[in-house]
Amino acid sequence: MGKERINNLFNKNKKEILSIYLTTGYPEIDSMPVLAEKLAGAGVDFLELGMPYSDPLADGETIQYSSSIALKNGIDFDQYFNQAKAVRQNIDIPLLFMGYFNQVLRIGIDTFLDKCVDSGIDGLIIPDMPPEVYKNKYKPIFDKYDLGLSFLITPTTSDERIKMLDELSSGFVYVVSTSSTTGKTIGFSDSQIDYFKRINKLNLNNPMVIGFGISDKQTFRIANKHSDGAIIGSAFIKALKDSKDIEKTAMEFAQNIIK
Amino acid sequence: MQYEVDKLGFYGKYGGAFIPELLHSNVEELEDNYLKIINSDSFQKEFRALLRDYVGRPSPLYFAKRLSEKYNTKIYLKREDLNHTGAHKINNTIGQILLAKRLGKTRIIAETGAGQHGVATATVCALMDLQCVVYMGEIDIARQAPNVSRMKMLGAEVRPAKSGSKTLKDATNEAIRDWINNPKDTYYLIGSVVGPHPYPDMVALFQSVISEEIKKQLKDKENRDYPDRIIACIGGGSNAAGAYYHYLDDEKVELVSVEAAGLGINSGESAATSVLGSDGVIHGSMTKLMQDKDGQIIEPYSISAGLDYPGIGPLHAHLIESGRSKVLNATDEEAIKAGLLLTRLEGIIPALESAHALAALEKIEFKPEEVTVVNLSGRGDKDMKAYLKNT
Ligand SMILES: Cc1ncc(COP(=O)(O)O)c(C=O)c1O
Repeated sequence: MGKERINNLFNKNKKEILSIYLTTGYPEIDSMPVLAEKLAGAGVDFLELGMPYSDPLADGETIQYSSSIALKNGIDFDQYFNQAKAVRQNIDIPLLFMGYFNQVLRIGIDTFLDKCVDSGIDGLIIPDMPPEVYKNKYKPIFDKYDLGLSFLITPTTSDERIKMLDELSSGFVYVVSTSSTTGKTIGFSDSQIDYFKRINKLNLNNPMVIGFGISDKQTFRIANKHSDGAIIGSAFIKALKDSKDIEKTAMEFAQNIIK
Repeated sequence: MQYEVDKLGFYGKYGGAFIPELLHSNVEELEDNYLKIINSDSFQKEFRALLRDYVGRPSPLYFAKRLSEKYNTKIYLKREDLNHTGAHKINNTIGQILLAKRLGKTRIIAETGAGQHGVATATVCALMDLQCVVYMGEIDIARQAPNVSRMKMLGAEVRPAKSGSKTLKDATNEAIRDWINNPKDTYYLIGSVVGPHPYPDMVALFQSVISEEIKKQLKDKENRDYPDRIIACIGGGSNAAGAYYHYLDDEKVELVSVEAAGLGINSGESAATSVLGSDGVIHGSMTKLMQDKDGQIIEPYSISAGLDYPGIGPLHAHLIESGRSKVLNATDEEAIKAGLLLTRLEGIIPALESAHALAALEKIEFKPEEVTVVNLSGRGDKDMKAYLKNT
């Protein structure tokens, strides 16, 4: 299905859209598929499956921690694909991989994209793939596959650049709410709200989904008011970290946001 | 120049700026301004004056007579160890602090391995009265204690990097994350020819004073302005880039880069990036790096904290790939031995990093009339513990 599955979701005109990020291989090597099913069952609209990286530059302590545990657990590329495949067999919501460019380069862009399609992945978030290099060098390869690709927009991105990033994106654009690493801030200031409004006025081609700084029902609501959806990452990983029953925690976490 | 960076920040296929969008505006500000500022008269005047009066440049080019006798050739040492703060690192920190000031930045962050770059950064921050935070791996804090004390005395805050291998790579990650979180007031003062464009080019420019001086000094001493060979150690590769810079297009000068082999290239405890590494992205740059089959970065090892890095600057990746530079390596043991040898032959205690460059002398066949310059990047005060433990 690829990006069509993502497009279908945003075309439904659902009022509030929730995405949750989970680190593949955390807390146990095989936790992800069970957690993904619980989250989907609780009504989460799409999932971001993190591919743990040794040197995740854009991530704060929480996701660094979950990534390092997952790597210690022995998670590797074969398992990202195998686990994603397993998830895809049981649930129908869009699945995105989120990982760093070196991981993609290492196994080869073509091979990676091919395996993504094969595993039922619909879209990709690669925060350190530079749009200029993508445009000049890699776009023809990506174009062979029908996957969504979400570039990041930040509070310091100029309007002109936002339009360029929107042009290159498919599925949705990822609006980073704050100039910070993941898990660093909670809640939204007036200037952040102004920033969301500024992007809205640009009438982008793609839906906009806000991530970073969303941790609970309230921040989820606000984010959705100014966008087409919201992504929760660190807050969910933190909940898992403190949990004795991760399946129950996952379900309750999602229900608390959605209800 | 064949080895100059292109408009997009690439040396051949290496370099560029592979950064999260969160860093785009930080890096763009630098890219838009660095050449304009560095090439201005006022900058050059202040930079040159500080290098002369504060750093103590030009650093001597010393003919090492007894060392030359031992290898039956002519060996000169470029004495970067005599710089203020004891290494080449200060050439770069002086340049970048002047740039940071002109960009109106008020807070300086840096990463450090051996602590030499941290000390050099803390020093220029004291000089310019700017706030200074230095990230340093927990392991390096333990093995380079004297430099930690110096940084603190100079007024810097030393923040331990506790993730990953707890060494230079992780200190660099932490510094980059700090920069993401403080995009407006903070200047990231990087310590080697690594990181996203324009850092590799900028740091090479500031360090190029080394080869600029070698040219003049050799003209005086040898009546020709080039050596047959330059030897330098590479961690990230800044002292080597500086020593090579004005000879990059002069193919008759052989460039020998020495990497740290740790306990041995195939021991699993090594930092010989060009041998063990493959193409990929580290710290915002496409280069050669040590990584596993999944692209996870491998934790390197060397007795020398300044060489304990899993990547190399993109310029060096290009020089190696194109055959312009040749790579040798030295184990911990070989470096210690070479350090002790220089100490006894010439009365100079070299930094462990520089001792790796000296160890390469054992692996080269010299002709008696050949002129070799070894870039003595730093002094060994910080390494006394390691030297004593290994003798
Ligand atoms: C004395 C000395 N030499 C060399 C290095 C390695 O750095 P580079 O390869 O950038 O010259 C260091 C780094 O800390 C150092 O302190």
